[in-house]
Amino acid sequence: MTYRNPPTTPRKSATFDDYTLSEIRRAAANGIYDIRGAGAKRRLPHFDDLLVLGASISRYPLEGYRERCDTSVVLGSRHAKKPIELKIPITIAGMSFGSLSGPAKEALGRGATLSGTSTTTGDGGMTEEERGHSKTLVYQYLPSRYGMNPRDLRRADAIEIVVGQGAKPGGGGMLLGQKISDRVAEMRTLPKGIDQRSASRHPDWTGPDDLEIKILELREITDWEKPIYVKVGGARPYYDTALAVKSGADVVVIDGMQGGTAATQEVFIENVGQPTLACIRPAVQALQDLGMHRKVQLIISGGIRNGADVAKALALGVDAVSIGTAALVALGDNDPRWEAEYNELGTTAGAYDDWHEGRDPAGITTQDPELMKRLDPIAAGRRLANYLKVMTLEAQTIARACGKNSLHNLEPEDLVALTIEAAAMAGVPLAGTNWIPGKNGF
Amino acid sequence: MPAINVSKALDQSHASGVFDLAEIPLRELNQALHDLTPGSNQTAWEVLNPKGSHSVAVGVDQPVTIDVRGSVGYYCGGMNDGSAITVHGSAGPGVGENMMSGSITVKGDASQYAGATGRGGLLVIEGNASSRCGISMKGIDIVVHGNIGHMSAFMAQSGNLVVLGDAGDALGDSIYEARLFVRGKVGSLGADCIAKEMRPEHLALLQDLLDRAGVTGVKAAEFTRYGSARTLYNFNIDNADAY
Repeated sequence: MTYRNPPTTPRKSATFDDYTLSEIRRAAANGIYDIRGAGAKRRLPHFDDLLVLGASISRYPLEGYRERCDTSVVLGSRHAKKPIELKIPITIAGMSFGSLSGPAKEALGRGATLSGTSTTTGDGGMTEEERGHSKTLVYQYLPSRYGMNPRDLRRADAIEIVVGQGAKPGGGGMLLGQKISDRVAEMRTLPKGIDQRSASRHPDWTGPDDLEIKILELREITDWEKPIYVKVGGARPYYDTALAVKSGADVVVIDGMQGGTAATQEVFIENVGQPTLACIRPAVQALQDLGMHRKVQLIISGGIRNGADVAKALALGVDAVSIGTAALVALGDNDPRWEAEYNELGTTAGAYDDWHEGRDPAGITTQDPELMKRLDPIAAGRRLANYLKVMTLEAQTIARACGKNSLHNLEPEDLVALTIEAAAMAGVPLAGTNWIPGKNGF
Repeated sequence: MPAINVSKALDQSHASGVFDLAEIPLRELNQALHDLTPGSNQTAWEVLNPKGSHSVAVGVDQPVTIDVRGSVGYYCGGMNDGSAITVHGSAGPGVGENMMSGSITVKGDASQYAGATGRGGLLVIEGNASSRCGISMKGIDIVVHGNIGHMSAFMAQSGNLVVLGDAGDALGDSIYEARLFVRGKVGSLGADCIAKEMRPEHLALLQDLLDRAGVTGVKAAEFTRYGSARTLYNFNIDNADAY
């Protein structure tokens, strides 16, 4: 018999994996970077890496169905004459009319209102759909200032100055020509069909000293009634929080890198910014160092999915969380019922992120009149309200198990981490130890 | 008590339409202007001792006249919607930012971002304007008697910017559909901004703007028109070097 070399199994590179190879081929063929929606998809330290301890001999729990666990939160009590009072500490994040259809914005407003929480405009101005259907509406003040006007500023319930967002800290908005319909073009004062790339910096202020004066102007225009939020992408959470407080913000919003966008470069989404989990403790620390924790409220967003995430975020010291991607999924985004159409677009339910192309089978991230009809804003609003209800009940379940009669009484001491990374980021002990990496010289 | 003094001063100022910012806080001025209702007889207002105050007469939405006797800080006349403001001095950054309608005249010079994101109305700077004049403008008309600084009309979307003097570098960078008319020299043009033919309708438009801004002895034909080449409206990888 002749000797044959034993065959080896073909081995693919961990560095040059299938996705990487496909992206190199795509770039070589098209000569343009990949643009997509949503947030970071890579695996990141997250709330799943934390566990809640629950009650034991030293702490006793509250009765799950009999003892009250408060979920309400007041935002903007520092300076505003009319702070926002929400029934639940879960708000709907800013998403633009333009990136979303009118009915989708209406559905977000309906769902938020049914749940006693707020929704937020986006980089495209305020529409009647969302103002009309949102009891509490936060009006974003963005670098582009599309649709900005004093009338809408005054009929908003709060103003959110957007410095950045988690998917692209340091990047501006993007809305490609397919979605610049007549109505979107008119609201943004732009020609129809152009690829619209918004500015990444505000046109009339730079730096914290200017921001302080800008906040003063907005307060003067609105007679000091409205809470003013400052939203930043999760980049330098300690200093951004401190500077926002110094500038006079009532509320600081920090969006981690899992936070979604309507469209930006894939390289931006996956490589710029910090995970949500890594942003919380530095931000809380900044507030505590300034003596402003619970006086200036902190909202965190980026990858919040369920009541456990809410409970853990609140335990780490935030006052409320905000959801965007999860809210879209509750409306019907990426639903497997449209699988055949996702396949036609070269993707699959759960992976669809080409929101900028405006061909969303679920009729949410589109301006196509026919696709838009697929979303019933009343039914979708109800689904969002159901989902928010479940998240709230889940968070209450965890809080009661820890013996807390308010979600805001959860504290870092109620948490442990499953990984060293998460322990270091969250500033809580590694499970089974009393070791907090980075604390006490270790 | 101080509170009584303030309200007394307020009563007096209401009667005369004069607000002395050396005596009365800015908040009282802006609140009084916001409390105006359509048809009010208090149509003439005067602000004394602004001394560089920020946010003077912001968010006014009634057709009153406001004479500010001195120089102002940031954002004077911000989001103005219908009033006619005259600054008898110079203006700090962002004068007339996001103006909707009405007019603002600055007798002196203006700092950065004059008329930023303005949507309507007329902003006249009788002196010079600094950098980023008309940045992101969205329908406002701006007339500058003197020169303007660099990066003016950056991402300008709509409206008209008229400059009787010179413009700095990178004029009209990434401009959309705004029209720029410059009588003097331009340091350099920004990405996608080009000189364009002055057609009869542009001459008529410009003459009307000059008349409304009180400019005399200057002919529309002395200006060059600049606007968008529209080559960057849709992304093309072969244009990447333009940025």
